[in-house]
Amino acid sequence: MKLTVNGILHEINVEPEMPLLWVLRDELDIKGPKYGCGVAQCGACTVHVDGVAVRSCQLPVGDLEGEVLTIEGLGTPERLHALQDAWITHQVAQCGYCQSGQIMQAASLLEMIPHPSDAEIDEVMSGNLCRCGTYPRIRAAIHAAARTLSETKP
Amino acid sequence: MTRVGKLTRRTFLVGSTAVAGGVAFGVYLAKKPIPNPLLEGLAEGEAALTPFVKIDADGITLITPRADMGQGAYSIQAYLIAEELDIDPATARLSPGLPGPAYHNATILAEGVPYPAYDDSFVAESLRSLSAVPAKLFSVQVTGGSSTIPDGFDRLRTAGAIARETLKEAAARRTGIARSNLKTADGFVLLPAGGRIAYTDLAAEAAQIAPVADVSPRPSSEWKYLGTAALPRLDMARKCTGTEVYGIDLEFDDMLHATVRANPAIGAGLARLDTARAENMRGLHRIIPMSQGVGVIADNTWRAFQAADALDISWKAPAYPATSDGLFHELEAALNAPDFFDHRQRDDGNVDRALSDGTVITADYRVPYLAHAPMEPMNAVVRVQADAVEIWTGTQIPVFVRDRAARIAGVKAANVKVHVLPMGGSFGHRLEMTHVEQAVELAMAVPGRHLKLTWSREEDMTHDYPRPASVARARGAVADGKVIGFDLSVSQSAMAPEWLERLSGRNLPGPDATITTGAWDQPFAIPNYRVTGYRAPAMVPVSSWRSVGASGNGFYHDCFLDELIHAAGADPLAERMRLCMHDPSRKVLEAVGEMSGWNGELHTGGRGRGVGFCMSFGVPCAQVVDVVQTEDGIRIEKVYVAVDVGEVLDPTNLEAQVFGGVIWGLGHAMNCELTYDDHMPDQSNFYDFTGMRLYQAPEIIVRALSNGSAIRGIGEPAVPPAAPALANAIFAATGQRIRELPLHKHIDFV
Repeated sequence: MKLTVNGILHEINVEPEMPLLWVLRDELDIKGPKYGCGVAQCGACTVHVDGVAVRSCQLPVGDLEGEVLTIEGLGTPERLHALQDAWITHQVAQCGYCQSGQIMQAASLLEMIPHPSDAEIDEVMSGNLCRCGTYPRIRAAIHAAARTLSETKP
Repeated sequence: MTRVGKLTRRTFLVGSTAVAGGVAFGVYLAKKPIPNPLLEGLAEGEAALTPFVKIDADGITLITPRADMGQGAYSIQAYLIAEELDIDPATARLSPGLPGPAYHNATILAEGVPYPAYDDSFVAESLRSLSAVPAKLFSVQVTGGSSTIPDGFDRLRTAGAIARETLKEAAARRTGIARSNLKTADGFVLLPAGGRIAYTDLAAEAAQIAPVADVSPRPSSEWKYLGTAALPRLDMARKCTGTEVYGIDLEFDDMLHATVRANPAIGAGLARLDTARAENMRGLHRIIPMSQGVGVIADNTWRAFQAADALDISWKAPAYPATSDGLFHELEAALNAPDFFDHRQRDDGNVDRALSDGTVITADYRVPYLAHAPMEPMNAVVRVQADAVEIWTGTQIPVFVRDRAARIAGVKAANVKVHVLPMGGSFGHRLEMTHVEQAVELAMAVPGRHLKLTWSREEDMTHDYPRPASVARARGAVADGKVIGFDLSVSQSAMAPEWLERLSGRNLPGPDATITTGAWDQPFAIPNYRVTGYRAPAMVPVSSWRSVGASGNGFYHDCFLDELIHAAGADPLAERMRLCMHDPSRKVLEAVGEMSGWNGELHTGGRGRGVGFCMSFGVPCAQVVDVVQTEDGIRIEKVYVAVDVGEVLDPTNLEAQVFGGVIWGLGHAMNCELTYDDHMPDQSNFYDFTGMRLYQAPEIIVRALSNGSAIRGIGEPAVPPAAPALANAIFAATGQRIRELPLHKHIDFV
């Protein structure tokens, strides 16, 4: 079986029903997507498939159609995505365990809605659980990144 | 701010030692206001072997022994050392170090003394200091109780100052320039005529001289990092790029993956196991019956989960009641029953007389069991060899983990290495170590190989040692528009003694203060005032949950006080301030009034406003909650918070911790409980135990004051006032007084 993650093609030999999350984490050693619940209730495993946020814990790898982007492919400490930059500026993360998923979900949100209202943020981001309570700063960081992205886009 | 001469009453024992190509500096608290011979004669070199600053040719390492579960402990410990060492901590390596006696927590047991935190009399302070003695002797290297700051504030800065002055002394001896004429900046000793010498270049020489111990940390007016808003967390970029390595992310080439199924009735054990359906599954390595259940070892995590799901298991039943009704029946039976009396640390005036005539107000309250449910499920990597064990895990109790692993594996504690990793939350969950015990047991079956145990979310939720449920009866009296009598009884299973016995095998004698903390110790001068704790039988094993006893008692105390104030016809904020006899506490009430524009209007057009107050971990915290009644339910609009931590070291992180504490307090008060059926929690994942999601999160406005007499931590104190402030606001909006958590059993939220 073949899949493309962060622009790199991988060949794997696993059961087609193995969730993408565990293929990424245990077979490909891509540890940014996190295991939190296994039932699409927390969003810590969120990645993009062809630009759209999905819960990788609920996607059997055999059903995968499209290229996968994880937090590692969104940006790196040396080359931050605007959302990651805003997350750092607003000092969002506490334990940080949910933040890969939060940022991937937020990236998908800004693709769909470049300038989301608070209500739109609430609606799209409420599937991503944070037990530390970073929500006020998540809201602020999304607004800030939306401003940055609109300024830098032609 | 003042620190009431803490430094003058503490002296530090210092040490340094040569390490390969460099030097390591150690320091620990050595003397107490009451001399204790047990503390004399600590082994030479002990501090040096467990240092806070290590400098060698590779650079500078800062040792930050308090664990980081998201509260920012690593960063603030690094800043405390760096402030005195004169380095940018972002240029240093951070390491939690290996567990050792010099990292004992001298503060955490201090909360157990029978004096409220606002009492800083000599007697209370002395008892608090004495409580550090067993902490040191038992090597209680514990992270918890909002104690990292109060415990490390002097010690870590002193360690940094000793290292700096010793490096200067080494430079002085090399150059012939007096130490007093040398300065330091950014990891260099600066020479008066220009030129500089790197610390790393001086390390080997510094190791050869006696450390300069005659130092005192700089006054706050000279701080470069501490107290400023520009104190970025050193782990932030990693956590925002998916590159932080949590325990669950560790990989070793030879690693096996395991999971377990254990009896949710912790300790009752396995009745029957049928492995037939799991045996031929792909990737399965071993199925291992264990003392408390069964372990499954496979070649990846998902395959281990799949095989565990295929097991057919039934469990033995424990002796305690099987259902929530049965458990609460036991709590109620112990309430106000003389046989179950545990302690009465507050008994002012004559409560019986005050409540014997006139109108007596009575109310029954209760709070549920609650899971910790950190986002990262419990996990541990263990490798067992013939005479040694190595463990990688996120834990608040590394020394207990080390000793327990040694006992299970039958090796010397000195041969157990515990690597503490960054944690995806804890909230008290990692004050327990069941998962490590299980991982050691399983790793013993595959000696020589690394084995990673990962709990499923369901295992994590149902094998938590939850926040204890409790019940309370409150009685009170008012006269002439004032609260004049307050009598609260709380019944709960003992929490702290159970915990210490599980960890250490030691029996903690005396009362269990957690039954009434957050209620008996509040800074109010109610003329007739009594708080009594009753110890219900041990049932569901329970443990510390963010803010510990105050998580339930803060709700009881403040909500019932609110009831009495309403009965008296007084203003909720003004009457709390009138009753308050502790100046910093009164000022946080005053501040939250000013921030919220409090004008006595509690109910206007579908809106309600409530105030809540609790002093916990020495931190007074007042909150005003504004709610709106909508067609679909209550919506929380705004929360105003005023706290006093004595001195603010990191305003940005303080705000984050207050946000988190408020959301934790509100979310669980609104939405969460563990209920029991057949000895098993009914809740097993985030669909039935959530906390709060983003759409429910209110705007939160924070102000930190600095009138307190000692520096305090802020990881927990924002939790206890949130639930009562919300319940009081709901009462203001709707007239409905809810005395049971979670509130959603009685009212809807949007």
